[in-house]
Amino acid sequence: MEMPEFQVIGRPTTKLDAADKAAGRAVYLDDLRRPGMLHARVLRSPHAHARIVAVDTARARALPGVKAVITARDLPGRNIGFGLDNPPLKGEKVCSVGDEVAAVAAVDEDTAAAACSLIEVVYEELPAVFGPEEAMRPGAPVVHPEKPDNVSLHYHFAAGEVERALETSHAVVEGRFQLPFVTPCCLETHGVIAEFDLQGNLTVWSTTQVPFLYQKELADALGLPGSRIRVVKATIGGGFGSKLELYPFEVAVAELARRTGRPVKMVHTREEEFAASRPRTPMVIDMRTGADREGRLTVRTATCYMDNGAYNSWGAINPLVGMQTVTSLYRVPCVRYDAFVVYTNNPYSGAMRGYGNPQATFAVESQMDMLAFELGLDPLRLRLLNANRPGEVTHQKMRITTCGLAGCLEKAAAAAELPAVREEGKLYGVGLAGYLHVGGGARVYRSDGCGAQVKIDDLGKVTLVTGATEIGQGSETVLAQIVAETLGVPLSMVRVVNTDTDLTPWDVGTHASRTTFIAGNAALAAARRAKGKLLALAAEQLAVSPEELEITGGRVRVRGREGPGVPYDRVVRAAHFRTGGAVIQAAAYYDPPTERQDENYAGNISAAYSFGAQAAVVAVDPATGRVEVLKVVSVHDAGRILNPLAARGQVEGGVSMGLGYALTERLVVEQGRVLNPGFLDYRLMTTADMPPVEAVFLEEADPQGPFGAKGLGEPPAVPTAAAVANAVYRACGVRVFELPVTPERLLAAIRARGTSGGLRQATTM
Amino acid sequence: MRRDITLVVNGEEHRVTVADGETLLAVLRDRLNLTGTKRGCDQGDCGACTVLLDGRPVASCLVLAADAQGKTITTVEGLAAGGRLHPVQEAFVRHFATQCGFCTPGMVMAAVGLLGENPHPTEDEVREALAGNLCRCTGYGAIVRAVLDVAGRGDGDA
Repeated sequence: MEMPEFQVIGRPTTKLDAADKAAGRAVYLDDLRRPGMLHARVLRSPHAHARIVAVDTARARALPGVKAVITARDLPGRNIGFGLDNPPLKGEKVCSVGDEVAAVAAVDEDTAAAACSLIEVVYEELPAVFGPEEAMRPGAPVVHPEKPDNVSLHYHFAAGEVERALETSHAVVEGRFQLPFVTPCCLETHGVIAEFDLQGNLTVWSTTQVPFLYQKELADALGLPGSRIRVVKATIGGGFGSKLELYPFEVAVAELARRTGRPVKMVHTREEEFAASRPRTPMVIDMRTGADREGRLTVRTATCYMDNGAYNSWGAINPLVGMQTVTSLYRVPCVRYDAFVVYTNNPYSGAMRGYGNPQATFAVESQMDMLAFELGLDPLRLRLLNANRPGEVTHQKMRITTCGLAGCLEKAAAAAELPAVREEGKLYGVGLAGYLHVGGGARVYRSDGCGAQVKIDDLGKVTLVTGATEIGQGSETVLAQIVAETLGVPLSMVRVVNTDTDLTPWDVGTHASRTTFIAGNAALAAARRAKGKLLALAAEQLAVSPEELEITGGRVRVRGREGPGVPYDRVVRAAHFRTGGAVIQAAAYYDPPTERQDENYAGNISAAYSFGAQAAVVAVDPATGRVEVLKVVSVHDAGRILNPLAARGQVEGGVSMGLGYALTERLVVEQGRVLNPGFLDYRLMTTADMPPVEAVFLEEADPQGPFGAKGLGEPPAVPTAAAVANAVYRACGVRVFELPVTPERLLAAIRARGTSGGLRQATTM
Repeated sequence: MRRDITLVVNGEEHRVTVADGETLLAVLRDRLNLTGTKRGCDQGDCGACTVLLDGRPVASCLVLAADAQGKTITTVEGLAAGGRLHPVQEAFVRHFATQCGFCTPGMVMAAVGLLGENPHPTEDEVREALAGNLCRCTGYGAIVRAVLDVAGRGDGDA
């Protein structure tokens, strides 16, 4: 394919806010203060399940410096969360450790914390339940009386004659895969500042990645009209899904602001961030995959038990994404999927990069390797035989258009080789895993839209006002590139405004790897319209027809005619400074041509799908059980890459999160309590741990994507754990069914194997 | 107990009254309004609050403000000179080494501290020196490339 010539698109472009960030001048929420500002703390439950018998706030109120103390009965609005099962302050009972029972506003943080410790709560402890399967058993403690079996949601999908296929398949592999609690660990913790003006308007400075949904939910929770709420974002220090929903403390802080008439701020401590923000959903997945003699898939079944924790957050719809991978990553004629989203008294799970997909991909891609070994086939060949191809319509009516899965698998496998020099006593292996993820938005709400406005002013400044939220990933920069390329002006002329719901048009939010595709298409459409207006005015001024004009290098020229042309800002000035003048401004709203899934989970929810594959090279030390990852090759079909620097950053960052999931990260939750709420005991990858990551892009333009791009935000974190687990098996013959692969676990497994049959020698793929 | 102390930050003297347990991080951010230094964990585990104390990187959340008296304190705000970013900061911009940016000030200070002691570190030395600074966005690749670029090592590929 011939690459069109672009001036801005596809060129390595530094981040618009990079200098401010490197200089320490970017302003985050915790850097903000308002005149007269108070500080809030919340009192959290020490119990996993208990009735609240009495709350006495008298001593807290009497403490000098305390301005307001609120409990459940002071909140006028409704519950929050998906399914509205979560009271922002708990009045009758608490269902998890860390539940918010009361909130205090005081002159400083220490006073607020001291006041919290003076609130006396009498609890009557209730029997509690801490695992999804345990919670589904008859007679188990009930978390919410409305759901006596503790099953919050059940997802079921089936296609084909599953039982028959299981009986007639040449080979069927099965296994139980267990995925732990892990947590997003944004370097910036959650925070909020709330302030009412005297007209009753509430301004919230928030760390949210979904400002418009946040505005709506906060309004409902406070019993205020949404039109009274303005959401302003400071620079956001990472999201990864954890900032996808309104948190109970934010409602309490807004109420404290209303009662005191003063701005009120609260920022999570790191301990709160670990213990009281949303982790990735832990899952138990029972899976079977069958194939015929040649390796063609015949059947797959999956039953998932998801630990929802005490309330429904957006995590409760994780199965929608996991289901896609089970039914549609590879072509499988018969498939059955069941997911039980089960209430427990654990911390409640939310969205985290990949949204159910890392869990499902771990099981599916582990089984592809298990099946390959069972059949004596090469794992790459088995995958290629079954990989989705362009033109496929999957069981769930997902219409696969551009699809580079096969090419990604081949490239990943080819680039991952065992090291030439190997240490004596260590065992080496290479593992492969593919993925499928939405790449053109995801219609999980009625709209998957985003609005954009482009204004060109008299000094040449181009302002893009977009609904999209920058959370660090670089969307601002990519959107500015799209506008600059479309208008034919230098990137340095484009500014992006995306921080204030009073100004920005509506957007669903930053999730589902959708921003480049959806907000990009909106920005592209608005820029085209603005350009049309500019050229119409220029045509008038130059006495030619608009079709004869183009803008290159910031100058309006007649096509094919030599000469300097007219600077575009002069056209704008001429439009402003005349009787009957005009502004050059245009808006667009892009909502992709997709459909919501029907009650049977069928529907083309994305306008494009992203595919890819990773290969991991590992060395296992059989004496210690330690896994060293030597290299990860990460190959992506994300359409055309608009900013190679940003794309590489997404891949390297995603792989580091995926390696943490594979090897080191685990929130230790016992009796509902997080036992390791700090970075010392919850281990992220560090500079010293990270292997080289090779990022490869197929660069096949998608016809629906802006300049051919598809989504890339979440995918790099999706297949890593499966690739590592498959590499570990190749190295030492131990099949990993539970993450993370800690030295203790692997050593125990190696020893158990050692008694029954010795270690496999490493083999190449 | 509260006491009056003098801190020299980025070449400027500041007289502040601090409580005995008050950390350097709290004084920098809350008293001196130097909010470039980030509070990531307040437990000494993440490195976001890294500043230079007599040229050496320290976690300012673990340093008592009173103990910083008489020492030279450099924060991220003190690196740029004459309106120009420090070479490490410029390299972070060039290599896309900052995404959300919350770890960046601490990361930059740790890198400046390293290069002050060892102007031409190897990649392993860079990785060792920055291992106490956590980043959740970048996977560290661009950060390491940026530091090596300043050190005149590596191929500066990006």
